[in-house]
Amino acid sequence: MIVVNGRVVPHNLRTALPTDVWRVTDGSELDPPLPAAVLQRSTDGKVRLHLPNTRQGSEASAAGVVLDVPTSLDHVSVGDLIGISPDGTRLTVLWKASAQHNGLLLTERCDNYCIMCSQPPKVRDDDWLYERALQVIDLLPTSTPEVGLTGGEPTLNQDALLRLLTRLRDKLPNTEVHLLSNGRAFSKPDFSRRYAAVDHPGLMVGIPLYAPESSLHDFIVQAVGAFDETIRGILNLATLGQRIELRVVVQRQNVAVLARLADFVARNLPFVEQVALMGLEMTGFARSNSDEVWIDPVSYREELREATEILIDSQIRVRIYNHQLCVLDRALWPVAVRSISDWKAGYIDTCQSCALIEQCGGVFTTSGARVSKHLHALSAP
Amino acid sequence: MTIAFDRQSAVPAHWELLPFRFHALDPTTTLLTNLVGEQVCVNPYQLTEIVDGTCTDEALLAELRAKHIIRGFGERTSAELLAMKLRTRMRRLPDSTGLHIFVVTLRCEHTCKYCQVSRQPTSGARYDMTVQHAERALDIVFRSPSPRLKIEFQGGEPLLNFAIIQHIVTAARARNVGPTRDLSFVIASNLALLSDEILDYCKREGIYLSTSLDGPPDLHTRNRPRPGNDSWQRTVDGIGSAQRALGVDHVSALMTTTEGSLGRVREIIDQYRSLGVLNIFLRPISPYGFALRRRGGGNYGVEAWLKFYEEGLDYIFELNAAGTLMVETYAVIIAKKMFSNEDPGYVDLTSPAGIGLSALVYNYDGAVYASDEGRMLAEMGDHTFRLGHLDTDTYEDIMLSDALLSPLEQSITTSAPMCSTCAFEPYCGSDPVFHHATMGDAVGVKPLSAFCQRNMGVFTLLLRKYRDDPGARAVLRKWAHR
Repeated sequence: MIVVNGRVVPHNLRTALPTDVWRVTDGSELDPPLPAAVLQRSTDGKVRLHLPNTRQGSEASAAGVVLDVPTSLDHVSVGDLIGISPDGTRLTVLWKASAQHNGLLLTERCDNYCIMCSQPPKVRDDDWLYERALQVIDLLPTSTPEVGLTGGEPTLNQDALLRLLTRLRDKLPNTEVHLLSNGRAFSKPDFSRRYAAVDHPGLMVGIPLYAPESSLHDFIVQAVGAFDETIRGILNLATLGQRIELRVVVQRQNVAVLARLADFVARNLPFVEQVALMGLEMTGFARSNSDEVWIDPVSYREELREATEILIDSQIRVRIYNHQLCVLDRALWPVAVRSISDWKAGYIDTCQSCALIEQCGGVFTTSGARVSKHLHALSAP
Repeated sequence: MTIAFDRQSAVPAHWELLPFRFHALDPTTTLLTNLVGEQVCVNPYQLTEIVDGTCTDEALLAELRAKHIIRGFGERTSAELLAMKLRTRMRRLPDSTGLHIFVVTLRCEHTCKYCQVSRQPTSGARYDMTVQHAERALDIVFRSPSPRLKIEFQGGEPLLNFAIIQHIVTAARARNVGPTRDLSFVIASNLALLSDEILDYCKREGIYLSTSLDGPPDLHTRNRPRPGNDSWQRTVDGIGSAQRALGVDHVSALMTTTEGSLGRVREIIDQYRSLGVLNIFLRPISPYGFALRRRGGGNYGVEAWLKFYEEGLDYIFELNAAGTLMVETYAVIIAKKMFSNEDPGYVDLTSPAGIGLSALVYNYDGAVYASDEGRMLAEMGDHTFRLGHLDTDTYEDIMLSDALLSPLEQSITTSAPMCSTCAFEPYCGSDPVFHHATMGDAVGVKPLSAFCQRNMGVFTLLLRKYRDDPGARAVLRKWAHR
């Protein structure tokens, strides 16, 4: 687990910083252009960021602003993109160059209200997040392998999203772009068409589907009519040749219909590129609705195996996310993915003696103690 | 509190029936199938409640919604998904006639007791196809819209007229220009006359070989006599050398069930397995040609064949569980129709019927038939399915002939009496040639039809295996998507 947010102490700062997204560099460029933040590590291990192009007139600040970075954030490295508040006191790591997956949060608003949402939506104007994401995209190297776009529901501001996707197409055409959306907006043919017209070759949308029919799906997402819109959205996207991933969060409510959902996908949505069967992140609503939502993965091993086999037999690619190897049927190990983001992946004490700790994705540190009661160390296979 | 409404509030208050059909599998189990053949099993009492609109079993209603047998009032997706599945199922129809059978000679050195064709002794060129007819037939082949064209050489024993095979392969390749088709060639041969020269040629041209193998030596030799009584040995040797020369996937075999096969299905399958042929088609005998004779091998009823078939299928499921990926072709065809949206368009089990639309037959004498069985009827003196002649008729004459359109139209299962209301209709097909041969008209009377009885038996059997046996379920699922 790594920390991505923290307080920093600014020096030489007189007026607000001229920009909020910065690229961490090693200072080898002479006079690097805005928004370079030069990383300095002193012999005693202290980490500072020097913003050389922020000279603010007076003698004292001629060298530009310097930030003292706390130990918790000293993993900041060259190539990372960071956000710094205008007053120079808060630092957010927006892009970790060394991480497998990097996501850009586009909004915290959402028109679903999923009972197991790990990042509960907020009702407030946060369109600035799109602007910040645009700045990040502008600073990313063209060799960037993958960009994740998350929310909230990124399609709520359709124009902002399409502008962002267009920017990605122009700046990062070789990058895999993975958008997470509940898919409802795509039920409008016009929006689907505009989305497809962006024509980013690496663009794929991950859409959650929790049940093979409306009543359970609508209950889980707490929105009547959502299933109907999501399915029609998926069909519209498929008609336009768009790449689609289905994401199924396995939870107490849908364990019993998991195989039926797999059958439904195989029969009705066989064109999807991949189905991700995902374990719970027990934070946010998932935590407050724990009684309705939580189920120990050990108790649905059989259902998960059956659903996976149905999809594999039907020639649909399956990946299992967020499940620890020790609670998964061995037959499913080949499709289990180390999916938990670096900054919230961790291992409990039991894991330390496990021979497969390197292959296992670990647990959500955000889940706290709400992990399987059956985690155990495995010996080498 | 983050849960604003409970499960019940998300249940549609009203629902309506989508088109579905039903069939009593046994006194307590009724099978419901939707427009494209997806299944739900209920008891008869539940069926009444579903139809009456009084059903309150929410778990059952949820399953019926997921399987598109009912829909919530105002829901749009179920109809859209059903339409999409139906379109997928029908999408092959505009690409008609992928299989073109060239009967290059009627001569044969075998005297098989169930032969469907009136074979001729091995001398006598008047039973061979001429170059002129072959060229005229290719005119028709390349008029067919199908993006995949398979040319199958039959006989008689086609290797007895190998020169015309070579001519047709070269000529067909030369014609495959412009928007090219996926062109393939199969020789259906008893392999007794296979030589290194022929194998070299097949390898060079990527030609597939298909042969007949009825099982162990005594059974095969009795069914398929030839001078020297060595038909089994020659076929087995031929399969071996063809596999070595062309690769295992380029050689296939077909079996015909005769009275002597009954009770011996494991031996028959083991015979295939020992040769490394992991694909078997447990075919009943066809009621044409010599098979209809008293000693033709066809003196057994549908029940006896179904028992044979089930024993064979059980053994194949057993083999699969043990890691031998043996496949039964008929079950594959039906599994696709049951558990996927694909209709493989198998000539004898599709609707509109496969005659003409899936296959055309060019006889050695220039006559064009709607199917292999149609040609056999003609050899028996019944010319109902003769669509025209290569000397006089064009592609349009043949494809728009009454001899083709009339049986096609009459026998479409979605309108034929007792087919249109049958729960198995999505899995089945129409076989106007069979019904004409056995009952005198293209539709037939289904309760008396051996075709209907046999296929209903197979459907029921496969559904039972799928429901009750997890191992069989996994195998059928894989077959449906292979």
